[in-house]
Amino acid sequence: MQNSNIKVSILQFPGTNCEYDTQHAFEKLGATTEIIWHKSETIPSDTNLLVVAGGFSYGDYLRSGAIAKFSPVMKAVAKYAKDGGKVLGICNGFQVLTEVGLLPGALKRNDGLHFISKHHTLKVENNDNIFLKKLNNGDIVNIPIAHHDGNYYIDQDGLKELYENKQILLTYSDKDGKALNPNGSVDSIAGVCNKEKNVFGLMPHPERAMEAILGSDDGVKMLEGFLNP
Amino acid sequence: MKAIVNVSLKAGVLDSQGKAVHHALDSLHFNGVNDVRVGKQIVLQLEETDKEKAMSDVTKMCEELLANTVIEDYVIELI
Repeated sequence: MQNSNIKVSILQFPGTNCEYDTQHAFEKLGATTEIIWHKSETIPSDTNLLVVAGGFSYGDYLRSGAIAKFSPVMKAVAKYAKDGGKVLGICNGFQVLTEVGLLPGALKRNDGLHFISKHHTLKVENNDNIFLKKLNNGDIVNIPIAHHDGNYYIDQDGLKELYENKQILLTYSDKDGKALNPNGSVDSIAGVCNKEKNVFGLMPHPERAMEAILGSDDGVKMLEGFLNP
Repeated sequence: MKAIVNVSLKAGVLDSQGKAVHHALDSLHFNGVNDVRVGKQIVLQLEETDKEKAMSDVTKMCEELLANTVIEDYVIELI
């Protein structure tokens, strides 16, 4: 494939469990990947995309993502993001990015209190960013969710800002695009980006939707956005 | 000195665990409960002996780690 010049670095904390799925997904798309252990104080200088993979970093102790915030690698991540580097946080990665303040809001316990693991349809809200540019606004994608703390919370002022800056990436919906909220998230929000649109976070797992035979390959169109700048 | 930190969801942030517990109390016929909030308690044994210094240290700990101030409030008690 023609994307082998794209380098994806994937963070691994104790308790991360989606790093190899993420690696497989990006390699399937032709990217070069490297897994970065959290003790590393630097990230590879040739990194084009940094992924904070899903899982249960530090066993979700205290709060999901709270302890990972203080891992040695996180200083390098903050600097990489501040310098405009592209960062994608999936599931626990999203929680980590909100904990460190690279993304607005926070993820609370699901309203129903249950761990939810199933395929869910999502609506594309804003595609004017590198992540979703291969999709159209209003498109429906089928992506697995698997989380206990996916209930996105942001206060009213913050929410207004998300709308104004088109920072809402995806919302949970039914297959016709009508809001369908599995976990209590404010306005059914499933993923957001920062104002500068270089840091992205979402609870659903696009890296688990890479093969039609396994239920969906809608993740391909999402992750591909990062590989063809 | 000992610091007891109580962390709970802010007023106005829906506490689904509190709601579930409230519901369960109702079904056990404990009907006089108006509201339930579930939080967590963190107990710290401190070397510090100066109360003011301890309070400022623990406040910092809360702001940086023990609470996520986007959704949570904290109350510190020193004994």
